[in-house]
Amino acid sequence: MSTTVSQIDEVKTSPWSGGRSPFNVEYGKIMMWFFLLSDAFTFSSLLIAYGSLRFSASVWPGADKVFQSVPGLVDHGAPLVFVGLMTFILIASSVTMVLAVEAGHRNAKSEVVGWMIATVIGGFMFLGCQALEWGHLHHEGFWWGSVPPAEELKKLFTGGTEAVQHMTSQEFANLFFTITGFHGFHVFTGVIINIIITVNVLMGTYEKRGSYLMVEKVGLYWHFVDLVWVFVFTFFYLV
Amino acid sequence: MSAESHEVHHDGEHESMSKKRIWQVAGILTFITCIEFIIALAIVPSHPELLKYANPVYIVLTLFKAFYIVAYFMHLKFEKMGLILSLVIPIIFIIGLILVLTNESHHWVDLRF
Repeated sequence: MSTTVSQIDEVKTSPWSGGRSPFNVEYGKIMMWFFLLSDAFTFSSLLIAYGSLRFSASVWPGADKVFQSVPGLVDHGAPLVFVGLMTFILIASSVTMVLAVEAGHRNAKSEVVGWMIATVIGGFMFLGCQALEWGHLHHEGFWWGSVPPAEELKKLFTGGTEAVQHMTSQEFANLFFTITGFHGFHVFTGVIINIIITVNVLMGTYEKRGSYLMVEKVGLYWHFVDLVWVFVFTFFYLV
Repeated sequence: MSAESHEVHHDGEHESMSKKRIWQVAGILTFITCIEFIIALAIVPSHPELLKYANPVYIVLTLFKAFYIVAYFMHLKFEKMGLILSLVIPIIFIIGLILVLTNESHHWVDLRF
């Protein structure tokens, strides 16, 4: 009898033969990735619905006319300034998040804590700005199912009859509050999750575990929130 | 779990996102956003005839930003090709919906107004 193993009994060593992680990514992280993919579908559907309604409208309220105030400072004539601030806050908090992940790779606990706290502060600042923005628009008369009076709406358009202006303004208001609200809800949950992770880092949970992989996973979520904002910013404020 | 996550960690990923790289990407994102502001606040108001080119430019710049966030901040560029493909290929569905609905919405104009 030959002692060589028959071909079928040989232990296979290719990535997909079992016994190893083919993507070389830990389970929770891969699940976070696919959750984010599904979330990307949700946000895309909302934004595409917005796009198609806007394409099918003959007139639409001008972004530079709707968003031209800096709450508490300038009442009008400053388009994009406030949302620019919000955008930079969110990019900055994304940067502090990667820096936290980077510190986690070096197992530098105090650095991770510092960058995570900076990320949480950035998240709160963004939410505060969004609350001001919503408050301002609500004060002007925009809300789900309500728009400012016709003589105010006229200033936001460069054409169209009163009825059409009313209709597209209502579509704009509903879509704006739904989409930025859904995004803001993501920011809010992200901040809560970041706080939980920061507390865990402080308590030494990940130090004991030997890896700061959890920081990477919440980092993915946080960057996704930033990613969505990049699109919301373009399609609501620039286009 | 911890044993496996260790393996994942020491797989040459350390070098891929150094502090220098992080600040580089942050700089690129800020730079692109600044370009968008310059187009929206300075170029378009003084040259209204360029307005029709502004939107495609915004969208291309946005896609650049999305690439840098996903590839570097979310680290996807350094993952295994199988994972990259299984996350990027489903985006076809989003592109499909965009094509269908924008095409459709051009016809709604006649119905609605």
